[in-house]
Amino acid sequence: MPIETNKNGKVNPVRELRSTENSFVKHLKEFFEEITLLTKFTFRFFKEVIKPPYEFNEFVKQSYLIGYKSFPLVAITGLIMGLVLTIQSRPTLAQFGAESWLPAMVAVSIVREIGPVITALIFAGKVGSGIGAELASMKVTEQIDAMEVSGINPFKYLVVTRIVSATVMLPVLVSAANAISLYGAYIGVNLEGDVSFRLFFAQVFDKLSFTDVFPGIIKTFFFGFAVALISCYKGYNSNKGTEGVGKAANSAVVFGSLFIFILDMIAVQVTSLFSR
Amino acid sequence: MKKTVAEIEHLNKSFGNNHVLKDMNLKLVEGENLVVLGKSGSGKSVLIKCLVGLIEPDEGKVNILGKNISELKIEELNLLRKKVGFLFQSAALYDSMTVRENLEFPLRDLKSKPKEEINELVEEALRNVGLEDVIDNMPSELSGGMRKRVGLARTLILKPEIILYDEPTTGLDPITSKEISNLILDIQKKYNTSSIIITHDMECARITANRMIILKNGTAINEGSFKELSELNDEWVHSFFK
Ligand SMILES: Nc1ncnc2c1ncn2[C@@H]1O[C@H](COP(=O)(O)OP(=O)(O)OP(=O)(O)O)[C@@H](O)[C@H]1O
Ligand SMILES: [Mg+2]
Repeated sequence: MPIETNKNGKVNPVRELRSTENSFVKHLKEFFEEITLLTKFTFRFFKEVIKPPYEFNEFVKQSYLIGYKSFPLVAITGLIMGLVLTIQSRPTLAQFGAESWLPAMVAVSIVREIGPVITALIFAGKVGSGIGAELASMKVTEQIDAMEVSGINPFKYLVVTRIVSATVMLPVLVSAANAISLYGAYIGVNLEGDVSFRLFFAQVFDKLSFTDVFPGIIKTFFFGFAVALISCYKGYNSNKGTEGVGKAANSAVVFGSLFIFILDMIAVQVTSLFSR
Repeated sequence: MKKTVAEIEHLNKSFGNNHVLKDMNLKLVEGENLVVLGKSGSGKSVLIKCLVGLIEPDEGKVNILGKNISELKIEELNLLRKKVGFLFQSAALYDSMTVRENLEFPLRDLKSKPKEEINELVEEALRNVGLEDVIDNMPSELSGGMRKRVGLARTLILKPEIILYDEPTTGLDPITSKEISNLILDIQKKYNTSSIIITHDMECARITANRMIILKNGTAINEGSFKELSELNDEWVHSFFK
């Protein structure tokens, strides 16, 4: 909106203030509308996920695409994550003469926090953008309409299967990433020292307890659900036009990642509540 | 008198300030081919989308096979939709599936049928549009006209009672266009289907139409057979027939 000026060419401060106020109100309204729509979308998911018939074949196909196809990327980042974390932590621990703590410390950070969050972020980048773009382009090219008119529920076929697959597959990917990461840490430890494979993992599992592993995995179910939900919502409700496809993919990643951090914060609070 | 299979009464639809359909009325009788003419952007696609409930009208009643679609539950509407074929202007093929899977998709509820029978249906539908050899291709490997014909095959595979064609011959060469027009006519004769055909192709209209309506400013302004309308003394209407 162009800034209004009075007849002397000066900016009218009251007008200007009012117009920014209006646009602020407008944004606020849009924000709450978006939240309402997203909530409705979530309720619709829960309603349709329990109602038969189940699209089992499509679920299997999506799990393959979402899980198996993301594995190489997740594996590589996992390995590097473990390696780098170990190399970076060594000097600090060495200062305190606590180098023997290295395996245990790295393992706890990986399993509790870094593994789940980094993997989920990678997942949001790869799978979230993919889902957002795919559904948006199906919407734009009337493929979703075509499903609807052939009497097939596109929400069930496209949205429900993707959300369920992502919810199931992310924890699997994170578990794998954690394991590979620990192997990376083992390599990292051995770059400047000599710790046998058995000794390394003995030290790791000595310090790693159920309360480290379990909450770390549980929260990834929520991460996977949130990423897929947001991506499906953005894609399925994308505006018409090719521009909408790019926007849907973009906001799927942005909001997916944001949700991961918000959920992680909640998860940490809940975990500390229980482990007291 | 013949049975009415689809009826639109006092339909109004706007998008924002764009009042696309204004008090539109339409009746489709069993076994007839109704051709809808109108300028680009006059709301022809919106009209047939309202018919199958893809677009919700602001006002008015839509009746299909004796049922008011706004009163149906989603399951009932989906059952009804299986009896109505819809050819999209853009063909709307599923990009992630092969041509065969595209055609099998509307048949999913017939899973109980033996595989050979489904294959036979798919092959027959493709033979009808002259494309049996692209059965294992992906839609992205087809030309625009081929996609359109695959879309047509997919529409026809369920042998619907009512078929809505959105520009079935646009983007096709004159020979293929004529084949498609004749196919539409054959299907009508063979299965006694009722169809609404949106087209700018006067040759297609001439071959297929039993009755025609002309859409202008969101409502039907003229109605009649191809011959009646082509002889009408109206400059604007006449320009379609040149
Ligand atoms: N989903 C929509 N949102 C907003 N406006 C729409 C939508 N669909 C259609 N319109 C508008 O409705 C009008 C009629 O569109 P429609 O697609 O029905 O035209 P048409 O008669 O089929 O034209 P053509 O012959 O070019 O296909 C156009 O002005 C279009 O901008
Ligand atoms: Mg159109």
